[in-house]
Amino acid sequence: MFKKNIDFNKCFKFVLIGYAIFFLIATILTLIFGVNLSIDFKGGTRLVYSYSGELDTDKVDALTEETLSKKVSVTTSSGLTGDSQKITITLASSEALSNEAQQNLDTILAKQFPNNNIKLAESNSVAGSVAGNFFAKAMVSVLITAVLVILYVGIRFRKIGGVSAAITAFVALIIDILVAFFTCTMFGLEVDMTFLAVILTILGYSLNDTIVIYDRVRENKGIYPNATTAELVNESLNTVKIRTIVTTTTTFLAVVMIIVVAEIFGISSLRSFAIPMAFGLVSGSLSSLFISAPLWVIWKNKQEKKGPKKAKSKKRR
Amino acid sequence: MKAKKTGKWVFFAIVAIILALTYTAFFGVENYFGDTRNLYFKGAKDIRWGIDIRGGVEAVFAPDKDVDKITDNDMAAAKAIIETRLVGKNITDYEVYTDVDNHQIIVRFPWSSDQTDFDPKAQIDELGQTAKLTFCKGSTSDTVLVDGSRVVSATYAYNSQMGHHVALKFDAVGTSQFAQATSENIGSTISIWMDGGTDDEYRISDAKVQNAITNGEAVITGDFTAESAASLANQIHSGALPFGLTVDESKMQIITPTLGSNALMVMLIAGICAFAVICVIMILRYRLLGAVASIALLGQVGAMIACISGYFPVFDSFTLTIPGIAGIILSIGVGVDCNVIAAERIREEFEKGKTIDGAIASGYKNSLSAIIDGNMTIIIVSLVLMGSFGAENNVLSTLLSPIMNLFGTTITGSIYSFGYTLLIGTIFNLILGIVASRLMVKSISRIKVFRKPALYGGKKNV
Repeated sequence: MFKKNIDFNKCFKFVLIGYAIFFLIATILTLIFGVNLSIDFKGGTRLVYSYSGELDTDKVDALTEETLSKKVSVTTSSGLTGDSQKITITLASSEALSNEAQQNLDTILAKQFPNNNIKLAESNSVAGSVAGNFFAKAMVSVLITAVLVILYVGIRFRKIGGVSAAITAFVALIIDILVAFFTCTMFGLEVDMTFLAVILTILGYSLNDTIVIYDRVRENKGIYPNATTAELVNESLNTVKIRTIVTTTTTFLAVVMIIVVAEIFGISSLRSFAIPMAFGLVSGSLSSLFISAPLWVIWKNKQEKKGPKKAKSKKRR
Repeated sequence: MKAKKTGKWVFFAIVAIILALTYTAFFGVENYFGDTRNLYFKGAKDIRWGIDIRGGVEAVFAPDKDVDKITDNDMAAAKAIIETRLVGKNITDYEVYTDVDNHQIIVRFPWSSDQTDFDPKAQIDELGQTAKLTFCKGSTSDTVLVDGSRVVSATYAYNSQMGHHVALKFDAVGTSQFAQATSENIGSTISIWMDGGTDDEYRISDAKVQNAITNGEAVITGDFTAESAASLANQIHSGALPFGLTVDESKMQIITPTLGSNALMVMLIAGICAFAVICVIMILRYRLLGAVASIALLGQVGAMIACISGYFPVFDSFTLTIPGIAGIILSIGVGVDCNVIAAERIREEFEKGKTIDGAIASGYKNSLSAIIDGNMTIIIVSLVLMGSFGAENNVLSTLLSPIMNLFGTTITGSIYSFGYTLLIGTIFNLILGIVASRLMVKSISRIKVFRKPALYGGKKNV
């Protein structure tokens, strides 16, 4: 079934339209439901309650979320001597929790768990632990990475015009990162540090996928020096596609396996890690095959139309 | 190809090495002499796991001085210092919250792997105390020449003349104060004191001034080991705060793992299942090549676990958290890819009508550039991440510091640990995916039973 030749340059438009539709729907949904930024980014409130006896934290979690209509996370801890047990509820919010809301929660918790003697021990409103300049720094580190990768690819792939190849690789990358982000918002998952790790993983996969394709183009350029860029890229994509399919299926199924195990045992924090990862992986290979390489063909064709004069004048010098 | 033929024994040798490394990396090497445990190699259970997986401690830090004078910026600086220490100790999983109104910094971090009695006080002491320096005239602490708050950075350094030492850098004011102090005291002594103490035990260094030092740099030499010098540097660096930080002992807490006590078990099951899926697909599609790839991937997993647990003494043990696991998954994915690329290439060569030896040789040769370029870009990504988000005193951060310092200190342990596992994984991928796989395949293909093109994905397609 993999043997059939696909015209990737023709598919480009359709895939692009597909992505556009996905992004449109995702943006609308995100605007409606909003983005769940975690306490790391947003700051929020930390409530510590003391309690006695056995307490079902999942129930506390559910009840608190219902009462405050906000996503919260609940951890339990004990004092040094082990006699005082505490439960910590953290919630992300840009404004501090109002006194009424907090007192309301106090009474509801005390009422629902009458045997646990739940009392408020402490309440902190905390600043986001990730400072505003984190984002500036993240952007700059992405930029540095981009410059270094473009340099590396530009040198290693100079035979086929590496810089333009690297730039179209980054276009695919941005698309994949958006897909992972929207997956996160559509599933109502929290955007936290774990999510950043996912984004970085997708970045790695997507770059690698694209590089493998350009490697084939570089090789084929030596074999068929007279082929047009479009033919060259299409031939290369058709030979590389099997590798892309096998690699992506394998890693995708491995991630799905993690989701399945996590769901069976009810470890939900793995969910915000594995679901965007699965979607990003698929998009990573789709965008390398159908977006970055065909986009590069368009770029090259434009360059060739304008190019001959420029190229000649360079040679003369 | 003129290449020398690979011996048949090579395959078995590599498999034996991989199995031995992986087994010991997972289970460690230890023996019990009565009640004492002798640990030769650390295993997976000696890894410092994240808070969500293994639980940890919570401490509340508060300034020891008049809180009215403390600004929000001071609190942010104090938070940055705590983060520096955590990441400096390879604790990359932590939560640090600042409550600006109440002047509190709440820190949560995981148990270290060697904690057996789970004593939170000892664990919090791991973060150490802040060290406040004063540079004084003569060998007494009476006349203060320069105050420690003028120190911008303190880093551990080593050279053959001075041995292990701490290198200090002053800010602009400190530089001119220190220049004046050294030029006025040529030939006499300047001493360095800790924490404002006056007894001799607080004096950490005595030095005769040889000439005026105007570049704002100073060193502390003494009877240091690498470890004690690094820890002093860390303390001084943290001590450059306008106030000290104290821990409110009544608020220390022990955190129960959020993922539940079976989290580690579940992670292990998930990991094994995911790995099994990879092996099955690889073997179904690539037969013998897939089996060899599975062995190489097993070796890669083992090697990564070894680097995280501190199996090799050169690498410190590292906190393993979900972002770290993401790094492992990415590098395994790239490892799979590396084997897939090579195996597909070998198939192609068979389709061109080559013999077993010819197909294997040119398959590996032609796939090399794709694998190297793919891995190199990922190494670039991981190095930039480690430099941008790691502790200030590593080599990479120093390289990037001219740009990154514009944004102040933002250390983000989770991203650093992602970069670390990714870097290690990619390096092992190059070793195992390119070198070991190729040697194994070349070697096994010389054994008579395995000389059938079908085992390598050939024949049927011809």
